[in-house]
Amino acid sequence: MTADVGKAAAALFVAAILQVTLFSQIDLFHGSPDLVLVTLVSVALLRGTIFGAVAGFAVGLVVDTATLQTLGVTSLLLTIAGYWIGRYGETTGRDRTHAPFVSVAVVTLLYSIGALVLHYMLGDPASASRVLLDAFPFELIFNLILTLPVYALCRRLFRPPPTGLEEVQLLG
Amino acid sequence: MTGVLVLLSIALITVYFRESSGGGLHQVQSAGATVLRPFEVAADRVSRPFRDAYGYFAGLVHAKSEVNRLRAENEQLRQEASQNAFAASENANLRKQLHFINSPHYPRGFGHVTASIIAQPPAAYEEQVLIGAGSAAGIQQFDPVVTGEGLVGTVVRVAHNQSLVALLTDDTTSVSAVDANTGAQGIVKAGASFDHVGKDQQVKSGDLLVTAGWKAPGIGLSSIYPRGIPIGRVTSVGQNEVDLYKHVQLQPFVNFETLSSLVVLFPPKTR
Repeated sequence: MTADVGKAAAALFVAAILQVTLFSQIDLFHGSPDLVLVTLVSVALLRGTIFGAVAGFAVGLVVDTATLQTLGVTSLLLTIAGYWIGRYGETTGRDRTHAPFVSVAVVTLLYSIGALVLHYMLGDPASASRVLLDAFPFELIFNLILTLPVYALCRRLFRPPPTGLEEVQLLG
Repeated sequence: MTGVLVLLSIALITVYFRESSGGGLHQVQSAGATVLRPFEVAADRVSRPFRDAYGYFAGLVHAKSEVNRLRAENEQLRQEASQNAFAASENANLRKQLHFINSPHYPRGFGHVTASIIAQPPAAYEEQVLIGAGSAAGIQQFDPVVTGEGLVGTVVRVAHNQSLVALLTDDTTSVSAVDANTGAQGIVKAGASFDHVGKDQQVKSGDLLVTAGWKAPGIGLSSIYPRGIPIGRVTSVGQNEVDLYKHVQLQPFVNFETLSSLVVLFPPKTR
């Protein structure tokens, strides 16, 4: 458990630093990849609700601090995202091949809508057409492209927990 | 557990949103940003060659059309330069005869700090960049930010070693501006439109817009931008009978997609 916490902290911290310094500056067709979201989805899918929620909260704080944004905004969104994907991983999704891609696609959409609503409530200028029509399709494509290597790396870092069930072969 | 974290996030947002820029959470954030700075600088240095390579190839795509546009602009500027040289000498003579005392004027009379862009907020609708200089370098909130091409924006948040700059294209950015060719006054909003220009004022396509740098001595107010910073050129002008003002669109001089370093201006006497 402690080793997992250390590995998750390291992976998400590196993802947050790369996100604010490199990935956020990639602007192709108004969209840019979200490495933090993809990494969080991968970690939450492999380690469950509590792990996902805490990881989301912590990495959200790092992102908000590094970019001097309103503290708590990214934390709130990523906490919910981490919990929700963790729940999906615990119940049905973890062993399915398509799970990380479905999770990233759905979370990218919900995260965009959530961020839009939250910024609107805080009085920030938020253009729904720009976020959801211009930026979202390409952000989704970038995130899905990132999912394959990031999830493979996370799967190596976080081995799936033992289920307690062992395969039994019946003879005769 | 998750509920506690959600409530904690909401509490953070509420406190941060309501407190002043010198409040406790802002101070904690500033200290945290200072701790994260070395990691950002290291990541920036590692990724810089890749970004430069990307910028180089992205620039090649538009190189041919850009050359043609710049040739035409160069021709026009050459003509304007000769006219301006004559106007400048005439202006200097007239000022001398009038014993005219000028106010601080961009770029003279202003100190500056040059800083590189180290990060961008991860959202599609935030036209902001993070620069690697803060209050330690003398930067304060609402300092104007420029490049050699023209106005970039203004400092909206300051930490010890970092500052957040809202770009001219941000929806919250408004700049009082003047048409350098005709003297028409208005407000440049989000780097796209020149608003509040009365129908009786003259504006035409191709006009140069610069910051107005107004002052209201009676009430002690003044524009945060010094007078004369180039903003952009007017691209279209229209009006109808219903609206009170003209519809003026502009193209900023600064290419906001290729920014790498910026200059923060401040009056030297205040720091």
